[in-house]
Order: sequence, then C-alpha cells, then structure tokens
Amino acid sequence: MAGPDPARGYEHLAEHQRRLREVPGGGEWLMEELRHSGLRGRGGAWFPTWRKWATVADRSDGRAVVVINASEGEPLSAKDKTLLSLRPHLILDGAALAANTVGAREIVLYLSRGSGAAEGAARKAIIERRRAMLTEPPIRIVSTGHRYIAGEASAVVRRISGGPAKPQFTPPHVSEKGVDGRPTLVHNVETLANVALLARGGSTWFRELGSASSPGTALMTLSGNVRHPGVYEVDLGARLGGVLEAAGGIVGDTRGALLGGYFGTWLSASSLSDAPLDLELLQARHGASLGCGVLAVLPDGGCGVGEAARILSYLAAETAGQCGPCVHGLRAIAETMERIAASVGVRTDLERLRELTGLVRGRGACRHPDGAVRLLASALTVFADHLEEHLTGVPCPGRRILGFPRPPARSRWWR
Amino acid sequence: MTEARLRRLRVNPILCDGVGYCAEIAPELISVDEWGFPVVDSRPLDEEAMLRHARRAVAICPRQALLLEQVDRNRSR
Repeated sequence: MAGPDPARGYEHLAEHQRRLREVPGGGEWLMEELRHSGLRGRGGAWFPTWRKWATVADRSDGRAVVVINASEGEPLSAKDKTLLSLRPHLILDGAALAANTVGAREIVLYLSRGSGAAEGAARKAIIERRRAMLTEPPIRIVSTGHRYIAGEASAVVRRISGGPAKPQFTPPHVSEKGVDGRPTLVHNVETLANVALLARGGSTWFRELGSASSPGTALMTLSGNVRHPGVYEVDLGARLGGVLEAAGGIVGDTRGALLGGYFGTWLSASSLSDAPLDLELLQARHGASLGCGVLAVLPDGGCGVGEAARILSYLAAETAGQCGPCVHGLRAIAETMERIAASVGVRTDLERLRELTGLVRGRGACRHPDGAVRLLASALTVFADHLEEHLTGVPCPGRRILGFPRPPARSRWWR
Repeated sequence: MTEARLRRLRVNPILCDGVGYCAEIAPELISVDEWGFPVVDSRPLDEEAMLRHARRAVAICPRQALLLEQVDRNRSR
C-alpha cells in the first residue's frame, strides 16, 4: 500500500483539506456512527470508543477536556510519532470532532519530550488551524518526560493538571474526574485519526476493512528480525503472516515474536503465520492482544528468555515507585529472570516466579504489574523448552545476540 | 425494602506504606506479603461480623489507605 512520503514532511492544512472531503461538525449523529463503526481505542486496551464518549458527554456540561495522547512510552512502538509527524491534521480533526460532540472547551496534545519531527509537525499544524479559524476549542501542548507509564490515562491527567506523570488510584476514572477535576476524554492519536476518517466516510465504509469484532485497520510497528522494519497500516481482518510478508518476511530463522509491546504476549515461531489480528480470535486462540500494535521478531539464534529478562528489568525500573507490591515484586521477578537467563538459575526459580506473579497481579494502582506478569507468563509458556536448557547451567549463546532496540536509560526526573 | 449494599475491602496501594496495623487488627480478612504490604480478602462482606472487622481495619490505618467500596460499583470507564 502506498503510504505518505516521510521525506515530504507533514501534510499541510490546505493539502489535507484538498485530499479529504470537508469534515462535518460533531454531534449526536457522530456518537451513533461511532457506535455502529465498532471503533476501539488504539492505545493498547481496545476499549470501545463510543462508550468513553458517552461517559464523558453525560458529565460534561460543556466543560470537558479532550486529550490527544501521543506520549507513546512503549519503547518498541513508533506508530504514534510517525502518524503525528505525517498527518497531524487528521488527528486534530478527530480531537475537534470529539470536543464538539462531548462538549469540551479545551484540547490538550500530550507529548513525550524529544518527540522531534512529530512535535514540530504538531506545532505548525496547530498554528495553521488557528490562522484558518476553524470552529474548535483551543489546542495546547503539554509534554512529559519519556517514561513507560506516563501515557496511562490517570498519569496523563495528573501531569496535565500540574503533577507528575504517575498513575492515580481509581475510581474516579478520568472520564468522570480528569484534568483539573473535569470530565476528560483521553485518546490515542490513532484512535482520533480513525474518528476523523469515519466522520467523513461513515460507519459502513469504516467496516469495509477488518472483521466483525475488529473493524478497520491498525497501525503496527514491526521491528527485530524482519527484512523491512517500520510502521505499517494493516487490515484487522488479516493474519500476522500477511503482516510479516508486507514487511519482507522474517530473515533466516526465529524462536518467536513479541506481540503487543512490553505488556504483550510472546508467540511461538510456529504460531506466527496463522495468528489472526482479530481481537476475539487472537484472545481465544493465543491468549494474546494486538495491544499497541508492536510486533518484534526475535533474531536468528536470539534468546527469548534473555529478551524477556531484559524487558522485565526495564519494567521493574520503570515503575512509578508508588505501590509497594509492584516495586518489590517486579524487582524480584526481574532478578529471578536475569538469573535464569544467565544460566545460573535453579529449578525452584520457576516456582518462585509463579509465586511472585500471584503477589503482584492486581495489586497496583494501575495495570503496570499486570502487564509485566502477562509478558512473563507467556515467556514461561512459549520458551518452556529453552528455559529447561537454561536451567541445566549451560550458557546460552543466543543471549549475546541483541534482538530488539534498547530502550533509553532511565531518566531520574519525572517531569 | 432495604437496599442490599454489599461492600468489600480494597487497598489504595499508592497511599499504603505497609505499616501493617490492618493485618493485626483484622487477620480474618488481611494478611501481609513478604514485603509487609497487605493482601486483602476482596470478597463481598455479607456477614455483619466481618463487616465490623473490616471497619476497624479501615479506621486504624494511619495512611487512610483502606476503603470499603460498594461491590456493584461500576468500575468501567
């Protein structure tokens, strides 16, 4: 599929308006279209978009806030920054439609510091829109330190309200009490781009691609052992095999891949080609989710146990430091996994990992610990045989092969 | 007719410092993990005696990190 050309920079307002038909105003009709479209949030949780809108609209009273969440804390994901740097007006259209429909008086674009081209494109696009005097609430930018959980909805509103980008206890949910106590709609950039498209094309058009339970397309970031890593727009009715093919296929051999990001699930090499992208099928057959659309393929000879250990160490270092069970539990899990990865683990370590899983799951204010143990559980299943090899004490050569891009070193400050 | 308002214990893990008074006063409902943080029985409290234990645990927490929440509370967004 021919996509936008990154070398040409972002699509200016005039081009955007020429290419797409004029966007209708928001309103009750759009809420209906949204419901019929079956659009779900593309930030990772796949929550039905219209339900979020309905909750905020109910409480709004014209004082709601719409937040465009472009923080993209997931180290393996690049789709949000890519979309924002190429098609900022599509995203801003979506935010304006949301604001006009739920009754918001402000739009906030929430970015990670150092978003580079994406931030530049967004700033210019906002100025263009102001000059064109579009009927939409004012848009301001709030940036945050690049942390894994800075994009969690309650952390987003806490940061925008002037605090640190750390999750808050719920209830109340942000749709009830968000930015400065006002009902707040927090959406991933890709979700809002979809809103802008389906407001123009309608829900029937939107459903032409994808499956009944997962209509539309999704942006996926492919990395690791594929011939052409990058961001791809894929039909949600497709299979992972088709997605991998679009990226030129896997180079050589692999032991498996990580789907959905650091809170995601490992898939064995043999299940890769047939795995469906459809939300319900993927859950039923593989216990997996597309999450934020990350697919990272282990390199030829790479070690899934070592990679899982590195990711768990990262997640342990990236807790908000607020909840005891998460802080202590993830640290213990990471240390145990690192021991096994280094082939100095013992058999009881496996039992210990299961025990620790029970001690952290559901015990954080946010889903950070739950995501970490989901990744752990799938690693223990998918790499069960290879784990046995590690437990014999023989060093694993695959551990030296670095598979995925390394996340940046932990920064000390939150803001 | 009286409305059945079932409640259950919940910890706000952000506020909780693992002081541990709750587990001492209501061991029927609360134990502590290996780091000293409370593990609460989150089943609905349908016995008056259990509800009383829970209330005492809530009251003693110096961090006000324990709460009794309504079971039917809609926690979806």
